[in-house]
Amino acid sequence: MTYEAVIGLEVHVQIKTRSKVFTRVGAGYGHEPNTLTDPVVLGLPGALPVMNKAALDAIIKAGLLLGCEIAPVCKWDRKQYFYPDSPKNYQISQYDQPICVGGAVEIELPGAARNIMGEHKKIPLTRIHLEEDVGKLNHGATDSLVDYNRAGTPLMEIVSDPAMHSAEEAYAYLTSIRATMIYGGISDCDMEKGQLRCDANISIRPVGQTKLGTKVELKNLNSISFVRDGIEHEIKRQIAVLERGGVIVQETRDYDGMAGTSQSLRSKEEAHDYRYFPDPDLLPVEVDAAWKSRIQAECPELPFAKQRRFQADYALPYTLTSVLVWDRALADYFEAAAKLSGKPQAVGNWIANDLLREIGNAKIELAATKVSPAHLAALVQLVESGAVLTNAAKEIFTEMFAAGEMPEAIAEKRGLKAAPTDSNELEQWCRDSIAANAKALAEFKAGKDSAINAFKGPVMKAAKGKANPKLVDETLRRLLASS
Amino acid sequence: MSALHFQTIAALADQLAEKKLSAKELTQAVLARTKATEPRVHAFNFFDEADALFGAVASDTRRAAGLALGPLDGIPLGLKDVIAVKDQPLTASSKMLANFVSPYDATVTTKLKAAGAVLHGRLNCDEFAMGSSTENSATGPTANPWDLARVPGGSSGGSAAALAAGSAIATLGSDTGGSIRQPAAFCGVVGLKPTYGLVSRFGLIAYASSLDQIGPFARTVEDAAIVLNAIAGHDERDSTSFRTAIPDYRAELAKRRGPWKLGIPREYFGEGLDPEIGAAVERAVAFYQSQGCEIREVSLPHTQYCLDTYYIIATAEASSNLARYDGIRYGHRSKNAKDVVDLYFQSRAEGFGAEVKRRIILGTYVLSSGYYDAFYLRAQKVRTLIRQDFLNAYKEVDALITPTSPIPAFKLGEKSDPLAMYLCDIYTIGVNLAGLPAISVPCGFTKSQLPIGVQLIGQPFQEANLLAIAQAYERGHEWSTKNPNL
Repeated sequence: MTYEAVIGLEVHVQIKTRSKVFTRVGAGYGHEPNTLTDPVVLGLPGALPVMNKAALDAIIKAGLLLGCEIAPVCKWDRKQYFYPDSPKNYQISQYDQPICVGGAVEIELPGAARNIMGEHKKIPLTRIHLEEDVGKLNHGATDSLVDYNRAGTPLMEIVSDPAMHSAEEAYAYLTSIRATMIYGGISDCDMEKGQLRCDANISIRPVGQTKLGTKVELKNLNSISFVRDGIEHEIKRQIAVLERGGVIVQETRDYDGMAGTSQSLRSKEEAHDYRYFPDPDLLPVEVDAAWKSRIQAECPELPFAKQRRFQADYALPYTLTSVLVWDRALADYFEAAAKLSGKPQAVGNWIANDLLREIGNAKIELAATKVSPAHLAALVQLVESGAVLTNAAKEIFTEMFAAGEMPEAIAEKRGLKAAPTDSNELEQWCRDSIAANAKALAEFKAGKDSAINAFKGPVMKAAKGKANPKLVDETLRRLLASS
Repeated sequence: MSALHFQTIAALADQLAEKKLSAKELTQAVLARTKATEPRVHAFNFFDEADALFGAVASDTRRAAGLALGPLDGIPLGLKDVIAVKDQPLTASSKMLANFVSPYDATVTTKLKAAGAVLHGRLNCDEFAMGSSTENSATGPTANPWDLARVPGGSSGGSAAALAAGSAIATLGSDTGGSIRQPAAFCGVVGLKPTYGLVSRFGLIAYASSLDQIGPFARTVEDAAIVLNAIAGHDERDSTSFRTAIPDYRAELAKRRGPWKLGIPREYFGEGLDPEIGAAVERAVAFYQSQGCEIREVSLPHTQYCLDTYYIIATAEASSNLARYDGIRYGHRSKNAKDVVDLYFQSRAEGFGAEVKRRIILGTYVLSSGYYDAFYLRAQKVRTLIRQDFLNAYKEVDALITPTSPIPAFKLGEKSDPLAMYLCDIYTIGVNLAGLPAISVPCGFTKSQLPIGVQLIGQPFQEANLLAIAQAYERGHEWSTKNPNL
């Protein structure tokens, strides 16, 4: 029998705010344990939460970017369970009135080849809600220590419909969410720092069946590749169970990415009763049209839309747009240089081939490079005008990357400019070259345009490589036309 | 003139201002009185003599430099042991927090310190403010200064008893279902529960967040106004505190002289009301009538549901609010636990008293899956109806007049049945469910010399009116000058 997998993802994204979601103390990663705390974070007697508006702004932005409806009123609920990482033994979350409802995540599946665009799909979302993150347990041999630095960090939970059917789709979904959040400046989505975390609900059913199979929740998918591997593993596990004549048990399983195995954490019977109820310490929040439109104005164009625009407006090939659009800073860099130079394709090629290589070698961020869009645009223009030859341009780029001087100045200083040619001398070299190659002359006269290239080599040689190729081409054509 | 420790803030503030008295002398007198009465009354869980005297000397220094802060500067005030004071114990009268010291000040504490008050002690109460007699305290019960065999009421029994005993000039309590007004009535002092949202709850140990409100105990209505002036107002650290203009409540007293329209809710004078209390309240009504006030009978038809509604909402919130006391970060940690789950069980079993456990269990039950709609959600709907009853009545009248408690102070140990205890609150809990301000003012004594209180219930955020109405009664009587023989 062939089976179809049905997958829904619950993605937790930490929102990048200066302070925590319900108090003023700072949020951050990598600090001394229990230094980012205050009476509210620690749940001391008498402490009260107060909503951080920046966190609400961020989740509204996430909702608008993903096409969600923003609820006119959202409220806060307490999700109650006892665990040492939860300072109050309840988590402030949103139960039945999440701030974002509906929406979808656009994904691209792998194409037939690297340079061919893959199929695009929209994975519908159920909801996005805001909650507070919990602390972290560090287990020792004989004891466990709790660090509450992470507790109270604003966290959004993005819940998809059960609408994905392969590990590949889940992987593309997570990649797209990550890009969207980074684009929006909502989160850095560093999975190693726990800024992006993913749980998957997975079931299988015979192809053609509409009823959903029994779902298993897979936890601890803490890197993007573990998400793909873990889901792949779980689908295979479920198929094997059914093929053996077994039944899938509704349960929560823990995936060990290093070992590539999973084990049961708890069954449905042991599931928590979270005893949700509205948090009496926080008032419901009304999100009016003015608030939404203020956030809408801050929403950037998303990568897939940008890719379509780059293909349409700049006539860039798919592969080049794929390099440019996934990093917002890089895409902005490209557009700035493209506009300054008027040569988008050349700019794109320089970025894809040279700039990214040098940045990679130097292990720096794009923002730290000394080559500004103006530098790159100037270089492209020098090449296009013929003032600098390609090989010389590469040298100029290297130096520009190292020192940040404008390309014109480097070319001057290093003598890398095409020679300021004496037109009489150039004309003489051209005449000599034509005269020396009767075969090419005949071919050109017979209509073979590329035969002109045969004359260029000797001219360049005579000019010691410094002649302006554009001028050489023009001179040869003028002489050939009259000969 | 009466002893220093029985005088009012208003009178003492004048003497301090005229330098006939120093804050140090006053504080010493109150501390001496406290030490003399505490073995019999046990109103305090803890008092800090050195800290109090330090505060008093600081006040005298300010005054000598011409920098006195106002009527509370140098006045010894006690706070219920559910209100955080930095570097002082904060126990909620629970074994769970027996060794807890607060690292921060509640907003009301910050405000009282800024007003120059001398905060000299932490006052006994029912554990986590759950109770009506102060018998549910891990440190033992407080006695009623009028009759040491009787309870002072609760949960803020220590706050009422300390004031009645002369161990403080005024105190703060908290009121979730009557915990300020009922002990005020039992102890013969004034107790004000402000409108929900008028006084910040930041730093108040939460019992039931949507009902809790901090308020003053004082010898007179004017003193209550002076304390309210210091503690009222919006606090950005409490989302439920209300943004509203705060008048000078003391100054308003002189400007508001009535006459008013007062309503008598017929549901508050039925079965179970002690006849002596009923008669005292009727005399108070007659007094208002003699002063030109119009008296109307009104109806609050959902009153019969108040008790059930209260015990669902309050316990639901309590079960959640008290989840944090788990022995992990602070508070009592059992030494007998095998693992983390056992640590929760043992620490909470050992740390909480019977009434707290009863309410946590009830609250956990009403929030459980499958029961939420039938209990919690329905209770919230009824709560809306109860509030609407009051708002309807306020279309006709300025305030309501009722008994504060159906019975006077009862004997320690007399009410062993929790339900009988819960019934003590039938006239006070509706006010909390509706979020209204209400005040209990002394209105006489029973034949056995136990104080009786009359309750006036005001309109939301109309404390200035409510205090003026209460003061009109107080002016016509001498109850507030009576003190127990102790």
